[in-house]
Amino acid sequence: MSQPIHGPHAHSNQRMPLMMLQVLLALTPATLYGFWLYGWPAFNLWLICLLSALGWEALFLKFFSKNVPRHLLDGSALVTGWLLALCLPPWAPWWLAVVGTFLAVAMIKQIFGGLGQNVFNPAMAARVMLLIAFPVEMTQWIAPEAVQLDRPDFVAGLGQTFGSLSLLDAYTGATLLDEVKNQQSLGAALPDILQAQQYNMAATLLGQHAGSTGESTALLLLLGGLFLLFRGVITWQAPVGLLLGLGVPALLMNLWQPESYPGLAFHLFTGGAMLAAWFIVTDPVTGPTTATGRLVFGLGCGLLAWLVRTWGSYPEGIAFAVMLMNSATPVLDRYFKPRIYGRTSSGAPLPATGKTSGDAS
Amino acid sequence: MFRKSLRGGVHPTAHKALSNTSPIRRFPLPQRLHISMQQHLGTPATPVVRVGDQVLKGQLIGASQGHISAPVHAPTSGRITAIAEHTAPHPSGLPVLVVTLECDGRDQWQDTLVVADPYKLAPEEVCVRVGAAGIVGLGGATFPAAVKLGLSLKTGVDTLILNGGECEPYLTCDDRLMRESATDVIQGALLMQHAVQARQVFIGIEDNKPEALQIMQTAAAGTGIEVRAVPSRYPMGSEKQLVQQLTGKELPAMSRAADSGLLVHNVATARAVYQAIVEGRPLISRVVTLSGGAVTHPGNWEVPLGTLASELMNHASGFDVTPARLIMGGPMMGIQLPNLHVPIIKGTSGILALTSEEIQQKQPEPCVRCATCVRSCPMGLQPLEMAAAIRSGNVKAAASLGLHDCVGCGACSYICPSSIPLVHLFNYAKGELAAQTRARQKMENTRVLAQRREERLERQAREREALMAARRAEAARKAAAQAAEEQAS
Repeated sequence: MSQPIHGPHAHSNQRMPLMMLQVLLALTPATLYGFWLYGWPAFNLWLICLLSALGWEALFLKFFSKNVPRHLLDGSALVTGWLLALCLPPWAPWWLAVVGTFLAVAMIKQIFGGLGQNVFNPAMAARVMLLIAFPVEMTQWIAPEAVQLDRPDFVAGLGQTFGSLSLLDAYTGATLLDEVKNQQSLGAALPDILQAQQYNMAATLLGQHAGSTGESTALLLLLGGLFLLFRGVITWQAPVGLLLGLGVPALLMNLWQPESYPGLAFHLFTGGAMLAAWFIVTDPVTGPTTATGRLVFGLGCGLLAWLVRTWGSYPEGIAFAVMLMNSATPVLDRYFKPRIYGRTSSGAPLPATGKTSGDAS
Repeated sequence: MFRKSLRGGVHPTAHKALSNTSPIRRFPLPQRLHISMQQHLGTPATPVVRVGDQVLKGQLIGASQGHISAPVHAPTSGRITAIAEHTAPHPSGLPVLVVTLECDGRDQWQDTLVVADPYKLAPEEVCVRVGAAGIVGLGGATFPAAVKLGLSLKTGVDTLILNGGECEPYLTCDDRLMRESATDVIQGALLMQHAVQARQVFIGIEDNKPEALQIMQTAAAGTGIEVRAVPSRYPMGSEKQLVQQLTGKELPAMSRAADSGLLVHNVATARAVYQAIVEGRPLISRVVTLSGGAVTHPGNWEVPLGTLASELMNHASGFDVTPARLIMGGPMMGIQLPNLHVPIIKGTSGILALTSEEIQQKQPEPCVRCATCVRSCPMGLQPLEMAAAIRSGNVKAAASLGLHDCVGCGACSYICPSSIPLVHLFNYAKGELAAQTRARQKMENTRVLAQRREERLERQAREREALMAARRAEAARKAAAQAAEEQAS
């Protein structure tokens, strides 16, 4: 006789790889638009990120004696590689991508125990490590309008990616956040800086400011995020938390001192806010599991990011904020538990309702 | 607070259409019935017949034992041919004591006790008669109904709730019963209301059964019973969830529904009460849904208790394909059967034969903390945290996370995208905790006994010492007396 099996004897058709696939699908429009904005080198970078992420995953699965074919295509390495590609400078050299995916997939995920065991968001942690280790390569941004004026062809793109050609000088640009931070530290007034950068909403939404692919495609990422929300792959709490945590202080400070503090739209649509809101803080592994916890987690990420952007020494603070909040996740999970049925929020049984009341709602 | 309703929950594919259009058919008497003495929660009944005895339909063949137990009656007339152990309808396949009844085909009733006006009976008398008829909770829990009624009468309940939720997929026995015997169910409800002196009666029916809902509403018109639609979401038929949905009350943890002035019974139980009190008919048959993807002709059958599931299957349907799993009850909380050579008992709401496509059992993958289980839990627990604690061997941590509040509905296991067997882990941990409690109890008992022994030994030593001292004193006294005597002489 076979081993008796306990119920339930029916299971939903939800599968993890299916959810990962939908995340990839949600990232696709933004990524394609990024290819158009930044040309072949951006595509090369993306492809190298995906392939190297899979390579490291396979190698380390093997190394830890896990079943490689079964775990390799669960989609997690693909998502990590893809997300990393979206937050690197789009013309970054090949080795930066390979080192980045090594950090993300091997060091941050597999060494901590593989899928589901990592403390930090792999893409964000890898980005922070790269930024500290390779500050020059990680801040070589490309001006999209320069790319659109003179697109490097495929061969030139390969040359850029693999370091045989250096096209950077002709295309280089600074991100808005960079520029605001640098100029403000030199004492310039905010409206003048933005004026000089030709900042306007349309240009921002169309991604016409320098940045990573994930920073230049905020609108399409928002669309992808809403798709995931609609499909039930993610929940609304963390994204809304992040947008509030970032947006509310920005709005208030901007109302108070508009010449010093950039406003709501600036903070939400430049930098990695949208990517982080819909694809980073929604990472289930490194975030809290309860609804309230997720909201607090998102709020914390947003607020910390705003603090780093405003007073920190780095222009963009999302990655730092996410890492900080990742480390707070166990605490959030402990303190923001759902109330158990029949118990008060402190866990004591509810007081007996007595037998007299018979109110039918 | 917002309107209190079922938190979490899942929407498993209902598969009700397989069998909800086929009327209840009476299953012909098989040649032999295998009547289990353990058809209820609690102590098994004791056979009161002997091999060779001739019994009539409805005659008592197993008497209830102890406080929580229920008697068993002969489903038809015939001769007792064996009283022996037989495979139980349980995944373990362990044997239980079974009375085998060779049917004589006459189906001859014993004299039944018919009451002209059951509402003239004292409430206590109704409870006693329900108990004597061997009625148990027919929703699947099989808790003796009379025990519940008697307790409720004693503590006093305000509201009687009839559960017509039938939230388990596939099962349609309650649906058909409500459609076809609505007046019996309503009469049974009124009798139960009389038995516990409840002020009001609600009947909750999931809104995926519009026909049953409508028929029941019509039947209940003018009786004061309120029939209400409840949302179709698993586990709506769970006592705590149904109570909350219908009354807005949340049953406090570690308390019974009766403590909050509520009594919940299944609709099929109500009908059984009606039959017992008004027709004098004990619980000797029940409606069973035969369904599942591997079943050729799904349907609903009124089956005499003790019929083998294999006989039901062979006569009623047969298989399309080899079933991947046989289940008694619903697919969410039902139990796996080792084979179909088991008798139908009072708690058998369905016999399902599922194909592997329906089960969708997959290899467990690592947990990615997606928290789908947290959202699906109707009790507000964090299944993933409890499972992690149990996996690392820390069942105490799982208990402090609320393991004892888990109702085992299986919503988390059903929905988990990584196919983690959460309910298995919880049941293991519950067993482990129970074992630990027992072990602690045993240790405590041993300690107390050892302490008593020590005290006893000490006391004995003291007494012996005292005795010796007394004797020595006596001897000394005698010696002294003798010496004095000698001196005097």
